[in-house]
Amino acid sequence: MDILLQQIINGLTTGSVYAVVALGYTMVYGVIQLINFAHGEVVMIGAMVAFTIITALAGTAMPPTFIVLAGVLAAIPVCMGIGYSLERIAYRPLRHAPRLAPLITAIGMSIILQHIALLIWGRNPLAFPQIIDNPSFNIGGAAISGVQIAIIMLSLLMMGGLSWFVYRTRFGIAIRATAENVHVAGLMGINADRVIAATFVIGAGLGAVAGVMFGTYYGIAHYTMGFTLGLKAFSAAVLGGIGNLPGAMVGGILLGLVEALGSGYIGDLTNLCHWPGATSWMGERCANGADFVVFGSNYQDVFAFLMLILVLVFRPSGLLGERVSERA
Amino acid sequence: MAQALIEALNLEVHYGGIAAVKGISFAVEEGEMVCLIGANGAGKTSTLKALARMIPARGEIHYGKERIDGTPGYDLIRKGLALVPEGRGIFARLTVAENLSMGAYHRNDTADIAVDLDKIYVMLPRLKERAAQVAGTLSGGEQQMLAIGRALMGRPKLLLLDEPSMGLAPLMVEKVFEVVRDVAAQGMTVLLVEQNAKLALELCSRGYVMESGSITVADTAANLLADERVRAAYLGE
Repeated sequence: MDILLQQIINGLTTGSVYAVVALGYTMVYGVIQLINFAHGEVVMIGAMVAFTIITALAGTAMPPTFIVLAGVLAAIPVCMGIGYSLERIAYRPLRHAPRLAPLITAIGMSIILQHIALLIWGRNPLAFPQIIDNPSFNIGGAAISGVQIAIIMLSLLMMGGLSWFVYRTRFGIAIRATAENVHVAGLMGINADRVIAATFVIGAGLGAVAGVMFGTYYGIAHYTMGFTLGLKAFSAAVLGGIGNLPGAMVGGILLGLVEALGSGYIGDLTNLCHWPGATSWMGERCANGADFVVFGSNYQDVFAFLMLILVLVFRPSGLLGERVSERA
Repeated sequence: MAQALIEALNLEVHYGGIAAVKGISFAVEEGEMVCLIGANGAGKTSTLKALARMIPARGEIHYGKERIDGTPGYDLIRKGLALVPEGRGIFARLTVAENLSMGAYHRNDTADIAVDLDKIYVMLPRLKERAAQVAGTLSGGEQQMLAIGRALMGRPKLLLLDEPSMGLAPLMVEKVFEVVRDVAAQGMTVLLVEQNAKLALELCSRGYVMESGSITVADTAANLLADERVRAAYLGE
């Protein structure tokens, strides 16, 4: 088995989920410079709603693909509704408040959503019913599953769709115009409240699909899953340059790759018994082909945040961060 | 007297506790070109922003037969009121063509929008050459042309122009004013705010002089150009 190729496939899969979630952060940030910390929870609720629908329908005679699709289609409007309500209740009243205020309500909303999910779905991890056949294909010595293919394709499709919407449609151009100058956008007849609400709703809709993909991939859903996933996607958005759509896509995929490759190789790389001359200073602990691994793949989560720190230190504006020389 | 297209009554603008506009009244009739001149900080820009409902203000604003001092700012372009803001306010990261399309954002008559775009490109050929270029890369004069072209894309009845000469080289100022003159000649009602009083008064039929938040003189442009106080204060004579 080819480990490198395998980790790249795994990285692309999680990376494309991160990218889709990161789009939700970056769109909102681009328009109102707010980090919607509750976005990870919206993604979690998307996974939970889909879980409920899929479990309820799993015993019926409906075709499995249809059941999963029903789960996704139920999760999208629920998450969109939550995204809209978040903006309406928690952020809009604070539009002109100091920037720290909406940041705090964002964290508050995140906690509230987590506990609502705790009340509804309980504290135990929920096993996502694996109802779809998940065939495995062999490419170049690595395995890629049907679910992985579906996740990567669907993510690319959503990223392409969003890009088309934001760069080619009239409302999309209005979103970018509002992001740049909300006052002048108003002079054009653009209702800023509507644009801002739209960014929340679109981001939440994408997040819902991401949540279902994530749950299906790991086979599990839990009321706290939005926290780490959200933080990683946020890191991805910062990595690519927050506020920048292509940046979020590149950042997400890059983060997934780094994470997969990192956790795939860190065990080998930190196995002191494989280091040159190990026998002399490790002595008996490496006898008979024994291993002495300092960091295992359970350090997976470290890589995302390590990258976030490195980016913030060396390139605070992100990889594709906007540098506009002239601002009107 | 013709019907006033826009009329302000006792317009007041406050920033915190500071009064920038202290209860001024004025009117612009349909088809007229009127200028508002005055020194830096006299309250001219605040007056225009108040008319376009970009900032909160007290007093009455009548537009045609309607009172618009309670209308949200983004609804005004639908009624035909366009403001070319101070400092141009172009969307620097959008292309020239996208900027122009935003000027027609509120319109749904796709075919007529295309016709208007062609007209703008004929009038301002530089914009056509640079249609696909990001607007932030244009020169200051080109950006001002874009800002005016973008406002015209909304088919306004009333054009509020805030300091179109600001920060431009003299040659460019002339070109911009030529465009403004052409637009006015086609029957557009224009309210022009300018620090360059001489240039403005030569173009307008009437003028108001603003001093620290109040209108101190209101007269025909010819009389203002001849007025000794105006000449001393604003024409550098």
